[in-house]
Amino acid sequence: MSNGSAPNPAIAIRTENVHRHYQMGDSVIRAVDGISLHINAGEFIALLGTSGSGKSSLLNLIAGLDRPTSGSVVVQDRDLAKLSRQELAKYRLKSVGMVFQSFNLIPSMNLIENVELPLRFAELDRSKRENICREALNRVGLSGRLKHRPTELSGGEQQRAALARALINQPQVLLADEPTGNLDSHTGTEIMNLIRECNESLRMTVVMVTHEHALAERYAKRMIFLADGKLASSAAVPAPGVEQGGAH
Amino acid sequence: MKLYDVTELAIRNLRESILRNSLTTVGISVGVASLVAMLSLGIGLQQLADRRLAKSGLFDTVVVTSRREMRNFGRDTENGPSPTESPSLDEPARQQIEKLANVSEAYPEIRFVTELRYEDKPQLSMVAGLPSSARSNDAFDGMQGKFFSSDSAPEAILQKSFAAQLLGVKPKPGSDDVNLADVAKPLLGKELVMNYAERTATPSTGTASDTSGYSVVSRQQSLKIVGVCELDPDSMRGQARARVFIPLQLAQTLHVMQPSDLRDTTNVVGGKPTYTALQVHVKSPKYIQSVEDAIKKMGFNTFSIVDATKNIRQFFAVLDLFLGIFGSLALAVASIGIINTLVMAILERRREIGIMKAIGASDSDVRGLFFAEAAGMGVLGGALGVALGWTIGRVINIGTNIYLKRQHFPPEQIWFVPWWLVFGAIAFAIVVSLLSGLYPAGRAARMDPVQALRYE
Repeated sequence: MSNGSAPNPAIAIRTENVHRHYQMGDSVIRAVDGISLHINAGEFIALLGTSGSGKSSLLNLIAGLDRPTSGSVVVQDRDLAKLSRQELAKYRLKSVGMVFQSFNLIPSMNLIENVELPLRFAELDRSKRENICREALNRVGLSGRLKHRPTELSGGEQQRAALARALINQPQVLLADEPTGNLDSHTGTEIMNLIRECNESLRMTVVMVTHEHALAERYAKRMIFLADGKLASSAAVPAPGVEQGGAH
Repeated sequence: MKLYDVTELAIRNLRESILRNSLTTVGISVGVASLVAMLSLGIGLQQLADRRLAKSGLFDTVVVTSRREMRNFGRDTENGPSPTESPSLDEPARQQIEKLANVSEAYPEIRFVTELRYEDKPQLSMVAGLPSSARSNDAFDGMQGKFFSSDSAPEAILQKSFAAQLLGVKPKPGSDDVNLADVAKPLLGKELVMNYAERTATPSTGTASDTSGYSVVSRQQSLKIVGVCELDPDSMRGQARARVFIPLQLAQTLHVMQPSDLRDTTNVVGGKPTYTALQVHVKSPKYIQSVEDAIKKMGFNTFSIVDATKNIRQFFAVLDLFLGIFGSLALAVASIGIINTLVMAILERRREIGIMKAIGASDSDVRGLFFAEAAGMGVLGGALGVALGWTIGRVINIGTNIYLKRQHFPPEQIWFVPWWLVFGAIAFAIVVSLLSGLYPAGRAARMDPVQALRYE
């Protein structure tokens, strides 16, 4: 990690002494408490920590879903704290893709409609949308499930659809919050392989929140440990040969 | 988001909670229906009153008299020329008045008391000339027989009481009035002989001083009874009301001696006959004042019942306002229904809003979506409401006409939905819906995505 503040094209995400405090009655919860870190473009980062360590809160700040109480979150040279609500929405639409533990597909829409939604917000012409959505769902192996509603699909299929939706606007950063948390290990591996493929073939920066050390070790290039909203430690994952031997 | 995307998503969302949204839409349509029914009733009643007033001929008529006449109806004579300098009310003056803007016709008032013989029994009555335009007068609604075949036909229309007098019929015991059909039947097509005094010009002797000379000759004119009418078409005249009517042109050609002729003899205005009074019809009661002013400028006296129409119009304006307010009350209640439905939808779709925001929906996208849903309910509710209001009005109209028929009255249109009301009501429903959507849409737009996503 470097502490330099000059723009560096190699750095995709940078947080500088970022805080996120919540008021709960009389007490203040310091969900994120002065974290500074740099994530390079094309890196695959795993954010690890126990429940309540602040990893999801940090991910929400990077995703532009939340604003820091103080400090800055700079993603691709844009300080998210300084963006307007409109600009932040545009950032979420175009620059980052997000997958969640609970998939977060809209139950009343079928898969193609779910995947199409970000394209609607991006005001893409209707004629171009269908093909893009079909291709995206095809890539994640769901070409036979286009008209199914989320409730008619397995967890793995839902997460694959969510991944297709996250990638539909071709973002440079993919944020995943416990993407395998609701899946069995086999389906989890399938999803993780897809995420790794995005990282390797599309050179996307991936930040994944997980509490599974083994999973992080297997897929991430670097692991960042959080505890009580603070950065506990950071470690590079050993070479791929060692990684293959890791238990799952 | 593009408009068609917003529309498509809004329709899909409305369909998702079909029962609740339908009930809200029905609420709006009931509100709009009550508004449409109330206002169309107000408009219909106003039009009915306007029609009746127009048919009565009272409110679009100006009576013009010369200032030389004593008959100035007590109106001020300070303005304009003094009585002696006033122009005479003759044919050129009539033509000049008829050419004024918004005047539809100006005809002389011809009325005289004379003897009429039916089956050789003499009767004395006031006879008046009627122009053919009087055909549409409401006094002739339900008349037995028909109106004059032409403006110069030797025909007569009798007023019911005169007809009863000719036949010697008295009202039946327990009833105030005689039946129109009973008195008309034996009289229609029968002959009535009118004895009258004709004013004829004396042959000129060549001297200037005797140009006003005339002689009076006794004449007879037989008239065919073509109609008997219920009401007194001349009720404006008070005591001078006529009970026998003949075509105006016929009355003019008879040159019956008029009371004013005698006065003219003493005043010496020249040899030409002058009119006692002119009846001037204007195109609409609203032109009465301007026409009256123009005629006064010419130096004549005028009389009209214009103030009465002003009051009637004011009454209807207030009535429409009240009916509109009552109608709007239902719409106000419906708007609370919209707010409730949309707020419920926000709570229910909290997570969905969070998801949409997480994947890039802006505040305005979310706001637009909720607005579109509110507008959708407004459009649908408005259209349904207009249809419902129209149906209610139609049913009321049919019911009223059944009642009128039972009471032996002609059918009436008491209810009217103009096009502006149709589109106005739908537009009003949309505006009310959008206003109702203002708070829920704003609340949905401001929703914090992290909080919303946490919501299960």
